[in-house]
Amino acid sequence: MIVHLSVLQVIIPLIAAPICLLLRKSELAWAFATLVAFMTLAVSVALLSQVMQSGPVSYELGGWEAPWGIEYRVDMLNAPLLVLISAISALALLASRTSIENEIPENRHTFFYIAWLLCMAGLLGITATGDAFNVFVFLEISSLATYTLIALGKDRRALWASFQYLVAGTIGATFILIGIGLMYVMTGTLNMADLAQRLPDVENTKTVFTAFAFLIVGVCMKLALFPLHLWLPNAYTFAPSIVTTFLAATATKVAVYVMIRFIFDVFGFEFSFTHFPLQEVLLTLGIAGIFVASVVAIYQDNLKRMLAYSSVAQVGYIMLGISFASQTGIMATLLHMLNHGLMKGALFLALAAVVYRMGIAQLSQMHGIASRMPLTMAAFLIGGLSLIGVPLTVGFISKWYLVSAALENGWWPVAAAILLGSLLSVVYIWRVIEVAYFKPVSESTPDVKEAPAALLIPMWILVLANLYFGIETSLTVGVSQMAAADLFGGLR
Amino acid sequence: MWAIELPPFVPFFIAALFAAVTRGWLRSTILLLAPVLGGLHLMTMPEGIYWQTSFLGYELTPYKVDSLSLIFGYAFHIAAFIATLYALHVKDNVQQVAAPLYAGSAMGAVFAGDLLTLFVFWELLALTSVFLIWARRTSRSYFAGIRYLIIQVLSGVILLIGLLFHAADTGSLAFGAIGTGSLGGWLIFLAFGIKCAFPFLHTWLTDAYPEATPTGTVFLSAFTTKVAVYALARAYPGTEMLVYIGAAMACFPIFFAVIENDLRRVLAYSLINQVGFMVVGIGIGTALSINGAVSHAFNDIIFKGLLFMTMGAVLHMTGRINGSDLGGLYKTMPRTTLFCIVGAASISAFPLFSGFVSKSMVMSAAIEEGYDWVWLMLLFSAAGVFHHAGIKIPYFAFFAHDSGIRVSDPPINMQLAMFIAAALCVTIGVYPSMLYSLLPYDTSYNPYDATHILAQTQLLFFSALAFVWLNLRNMYPPELRSTNLDVDWVYRRLCPTIIQGFVARLAVIGELNNALVHKIGALSPTLARQFGPDGALSSTHPVGSMVKWVIILLAVYLMLSFI
Repeated sequence: MIVHLSVLQVIIPLIAAPICLLLRKSELAWAFATLVAFMTLAVSVALLSQVMQSGPVSYELGGWEAPWGIEYRVDMLNAPLLVLISAISALALLASRTSIENEIPENRHTFFYIAWLLCMAGLLGITATGDAFNVFVFLEISSLATYTLIALGKDRRALWASFQYLVAGTIGATFILIGIGLMYVMTGTLNMADLAQRLPDVENTKTVFTAFAFLIVGVCMKLALFPLHLWLPNAYTFAPSIVTTFLAATATKVAVYVMIRFIFDVFGFEFSFTHFPLQEVLLTLGIAGIFVASVVAIYQDNLKRMLAYSSVAQVGYIMLGISFASQTGIMATLLHMLNHGLMKGALFLALAAVVYRMGIAQLSQMHGIASRMPLTMAAFLIGGLSLIGVPLTVGFISKWYLVSAALENGWWPVAAAILLGSLLSVVYIWRVIEVAYFKPVSESTPDVKEAPAALLIPMWILVLANLYFGIETSLTVGVSQMAAADLFGGLR
Repeated sequence: MWAIELPPFVPFFIAALFAAVTRGWLRSTILLLAPVLGGLHLMTMPEGIYWQTSFLGYELTPYKVDSLSLIFGYAFHIAAFIATLYALHVKDNVQQVAAPLYAGSAMGAVFAGDLLTLFVFWELLALTSVFLIWARRTSRSYFAGIRYLIIQVLSGVILLIGLLFHAADTGSLAFGAIGTGSLGGWLIFLAFGIKCAFPFLHTWLTDAYPEATPTGTVFLSAFTTKVAVYALARAYPGTEMLVYIGAAMACFPIFFAVIENDLRRVLAYSLINQVGFMVVGIGIGTALSINGAVSHAFNDIIFKGLLFMTMGAVLHMTGRINGSDLGGLYKTMPRTTLFCIVGAASISAFPLFSGFVSKSMVMSAAIEEGYDWVWLMLLFSAAGVFHHAGIKIPYFAFFAHDSGIRVSDPPINMQLAMFIAAALCVTIGVYPSMLYSLLPYDTSYNPYDATHILAQTQLLFFSALAFVWLNLRNMYPPELRSTNLDVDWVYRRLCPTIIQGFVARLAVIGELNNALVHKIGALSPTLARQFGPDGALSSTHPVGSMVKWVIILLAVYLMLSFI
């Protein structure tokens, strides 16, 4: 059993999806999907501890040896991400039954869980696999499932948002496929470790340059780097709230992971940063994304949309970390991926609770809402503080390392930009706090109760995680540090 | 022993927690117990590091005791006890919860062994104390509180940036001597300076303290600036610039204090003046001068608290605090009058009162190290202190012309608190060795030698003579309702006026060119047009525009890599 862990991670949700279809009844499907999610969580935790104890775990699918067969490879870089995906998925699924009551018609509930499990399998697959083509396959699985999940939103614009994402996502996936294809042409292999060995011999050819460009642009589309983020605000706004929670906390992180894996492991640090203007492009777009998206977020009335733009800004921070091209920088990126998953998970779950009670998360209708939903808004407050980067929350840890990395490179203006970006997030979070806490309850505020326990419990688990990992940082920081060290020691 | 390593801020935070849910005598007991038990516990603590953790790869020591932090810790516990006792009659939940949190934050800051912990408590000091200002619940206090909060939080942010630089330079976050040798050192210096009310950075103090509640100001006067003094004493002892900054701080408030009508604002200015003495002491940096600065901080916490308490009592009983509205209160408030005179005698450094034994240390150190001019400035400001705090405060509140107000002495808890503070002032003045034994350095210093006593009494008598003479000749600045301009005029009047004028000027151009007005004159609508819900950057785009961007980005990548 133990030796099969890395494949079980992906296979369990993948097989569970069709079984869900047989269950038919929505409650049964929910219970089964949740159980599966917790099983994958257990598997991922076991994998992480195994990696921490005895180094990378390699698995040969079907017993075919690595360069020829498909290899699953779990190391310090992707093991924590597997835990994040399955943990967020498990917690969101706990809340999902309540959350989708009002948002998805009864007869589609079963399909919702099936699509969810497929999406999860896809995301886990992208993360766990050590095979370049496999990445594309799982990318398509997760993307197709995601389009379905978004289209389930009750607003009719959800269909359009889903279509938009479908076009964008397909272009992104195609670019990635073109990149992988070109690499295959040049090297004749698809295994990442093998690619890393063979690429140096041919790396000064235009084909490899083109492969790299296609791959990076395709991935940037998936991870919504400004200005390729245009699909994201609509998708996050109109998707069912619980789907937004899951996607915001995990999907873009997986794309970032793919990017890091290809930049550092497959093409190698040398190639990526010296032959290629990666540093300049990521730095410019990252900073532009932070400022533009944060300012746009300030003006939003729909809170889901506001947080969606905030996600675009956070992707900017993550990209900044990569552009530093240093061990501290990449470590800050990895840390912020995990931490941002925690904070956005908590924030979007709080919004899911608001939407569950009010039908919509419109700021203009939330005057004094904190007196009606104290626990939900307290969760939003703490999540918001974490997003800003207040000490004792995870946000502070990420910002700390990002700023340290910037200072280490001697890039004072970038450090200043990071702090300025935090000030912008103070503004958009404070708008919500002011309306929810300090404005008297007005007539336009619907008469609502506190959210049900099914939503509150997962929400507060994530909030407490925000605080816990903001104080006891040895796990998250330690794991990111080891992963960053591995990336710089490298496969090659 | 369960409590053996309990950091001193913990009892206060627990008390605050209970204060939020209890009422009446139970709450009073809990609030009073926190400083008593905390103080007793602190006395059993030998020096050392009690709590050390590792965070982000830095060694953090959130709880560290040495002789410097210990004496501030004692002073803060005494001040917290007196101020809590003084505020015991207050029914307002906000104040009763905010006060112990504020006091606890000050303890946390003083026993912080690293800069990050210091930063956390630094910001907590700001966040908790502002409620004592807002609790007055007037629109003036609200806006003064906002200004106070902005400046204090700014100080914290500068501290954070500074400590990041410092950590990047030295690789350590330990809170020890820092010095102004690097950018980080300068930023931290600036952050401390804001909280310490350096000249031009002092306006938050005179702006906000007089607007706080009668009891709130007593807390405020004890902690914020003294934490800053402590921080300077730890990080920048012997920085020569501090000598001149401190001398300026000791002198310039005199002029404002003499013409100010609001008696609590007079005390706020005199607070800056006293802090000036401490800053000079730190700047000189000898064992004697540091001892002087620290012991003066200890005494100032008590006698300045006492003066704020007497003025708070006057405000509490009469509802007025302007010198021009008061007078003749000694007839019906005899005890408050007496306490006020004791406080005034202490701050003016009368022999046998507490101010004398500490102020003379700083002045002796200044003359020993050859700062003659600074010594003269300090002498001038010592005379000025006697003038505005020693004579003006008691004279205009309790004597002068009879205002006809007949109110009794304040509630018993307020009297008791004032009594304890007054008793301490006298005791320390008579037995200075009690205080000296707590000081961080061993120096045998005797304040009661002939020169000191003679010089000081001469100074005091001539100063008193000047007051009497000026008053008899009707040349003393009369107590008038007026607004005296200070540096805060720059950001409260000048900047808004300039900006308004600037915008108006733009509008004039705009009449010639309407399109230009909208672009420059009103930045925020322009921003809203671009970024708002219907703006170009946030509206939803057709699929085609996404594809366009993908193509552009790919083209850029390829071009840049093929060049």
